[in-house]
Amino acid sequence: MSTLTIDKAGPTRKVKYGSMSRDRAWALRWSYFFLVLFAIFFLTPPLYMLITSLKSSAEISAATNPWWVFHPTLSNYIELLSSNQFLRFFWNSAIVSTVVVIITMLISVPAAFALARMKFWGSATLATGVFLTYLVPDSLLFIPLFKMLALVQDYTGITLLNRWYVLLFVYPTLTVPFCTWIMIGYFASIPKELDEAAIIDGASWLQTLLRIFIPVALPGLIAATIFAFTVSWAQFLYPLVFTTSVDQLVLPVGITTTLIKGDVFNWGQIMTGALLGAAPPLIIYAFLMDYYIAGLTAGATKG
Amino acid sequence: MADVVVEQGRLGSSARPRKGAGLRNVLGRKSTVAFFLTLPLILLIALLVLYPALYSIHLATLNKSMQKFVGLGNFTFLFKRDTFWMVVKQSCIFALTAVFFKALIGFIVAHFVNNVPAKKQRKWRGMLLVPWVIPPAMSTLAWLWLFDPSYSAFNYTLSFFGIGPVNWLGDTFWARFSVILVNVWYGAPFFLIMYLAALKSVPDQLYEAASIDGANWWQKMWYVTLPMMRNIIAITTLFSLIVTFANFDIVRILTSGGPLDKTHLFATWAFKVGIEGSDIPLGASVSLFMVPILAIAAIFILRDVSKRGNEA
Repeated sequence: MSTLTIDKAGPTRKVKYGSMSRDRAWALRWSYFFLVLFAIFFLTPPLYMLITSLKSSAEISAATNPWWVFHPTLSNYIELLSSNQFLRFFWNSAIVSTVVVIITMLISVPAAFALARMKFWGSATLATGVFLTYLVPDSLLFIPLFKMLALVQDYTGITLLNRWYVLLFVYPTLTVPFCTWIMIGYFASIPKELDEAAIIDGASWLQTLLRIFIPVALPGLIAATIFAFTVSWAQFLYPLVFTTSVDQLVLPVGITTTLIKGDVFNWGQIMTGALLGAAPPLIIYAFLMDYYIAGLTAGATKG
Repeated sequence: MADVVVEQGRLGSSARPRKGAGLRNVLGRKSTVAFFLTLPLILLIALLVLYPALYSIHLATLNKSMQKFVGLGNFTFLFKRDTFWMVVKQSCIFALTAVFFKALIGFIVAHFVNNVPAKKQRKWRGMLLVPWVIPPAMSTLAWLWLFDPSYSAFNYTLSFFGIGPVNWLGDTFWARFSVILVNVWYGAPFFLIMYLAALKSVPDQLYEAASIDGANWWQKMWYVTLPMMRNIIAITTLFSLIVTFANFDIVRILTSGGPLDKTHLFATWAFKVGIEGSDIPLGASVSLFMVPILAIAAIFILRDVSKRGNEA
């Protein structure tokens, strides 16, 4: 009797295991199937940019199969990269983004250090304030900022509107709060013993920051730098409002305003410009994906 | 013993001159250092965020030439305009629908990625995050070209299925659909990454315990996964709600608010009225209507974030 039950239990168990692994295999197959579908959805626009950028205007207007390049040509790239105007946009974008990254780091790293390690009057309120500032969108501030800049011009005679360097003042409002916030998180996770040991050894606060905190929190620093760069590179509303002359524009605004001339859309060039404009963040992302993702998830989950 | 005495004496002598230099003492004090380290941050927030925010309230009470105080005149003027109420409705439809689908797609795809063997997850994650990396102004141009009325790649593809040419950006329904679609495309990867991180933080033991207790797939999802992810889902959704509600780039490039203002959001309409129409006070009043929704979302986010902080 007892042997019978054991015999019975054996095969049923085996069958169950078999069906479970078969379920697993099917789940995996379905996962891949849907992942491919979603990957197509997510990657269609960038691929379509690439396809169109390789076409001549004649091929685009010939209304052939839009998903295929019959006569690939690099003429769009050559034309854009030899156009002074486009290079000017690229240069403006590059210099604005680089300087904004430097300003952001100079402001947010010391502030994050103070907020994470030196408890002083109002430090908790200030940390909350930084987080709230991060939630204030650009579309709320562009009108008062525009008027403020115009008033500065009226009172002091310093021309800020319609100059590319005005962006150096307004972009940090978008980058500094977030960078400070994630740097507070990274600094707070450094064990207290480390900086206490440094202070006992006679290090000043500045030395503690430069010699201990920055090297230890380097991954956070890289994540913050990437964030600041991509945000300033992608910003569209502020340059659209604050700059109008062609030689003062940055890439996103330059492409959308100058390549679209009235009703004539030169799609080959627009797509090439868009692809070249998307290239720097994409390249950074390709090489530093883990830092990029760390910054992304740290921002909303670190308390 | 003698050594100790000598050392004490040395310590005392080195401390004495410092007491004399009052200014240096103040500069070396912790709170003073902290003040100087945070000063640039405080100045930036005060001058370029806080002041403009308050200034826009002041601007909203002026007349078009900004010389006369009109109190709530701009607001009563807006309340009487149909376009304004349409913008309110559209902003709500846009934000709620887009956030819902972003969260849904992010949640589903996060599960698929999590199912795949760990080695291949990196590759898939890398591919699926691309829309979030491309500057939205650039990728929206690609969508604009995909939606193009005469050479539209979408209509070309649909024609093989016998579906007539769709007027993507010219028809009210399809224009709203397209704008939301592009926003979902752009934002879903963010949810995917957040949810994937949350999924990975759920301990395996919980699932094992649930399996031993005989829980099926739905029960595991409902009683283990969702409660463990609740906090991240809440924060991500509220955060995305703010960003989506204040969206500008996508609508501006895709439709510029058209056809007949049927896709305008607060941000794009404020731009049209305030900058293009050069009625700055009215534009400021329009953008101020974003504040209540943003404030509510911000309060909830802050509550969740501090709750997480206490737990950790």
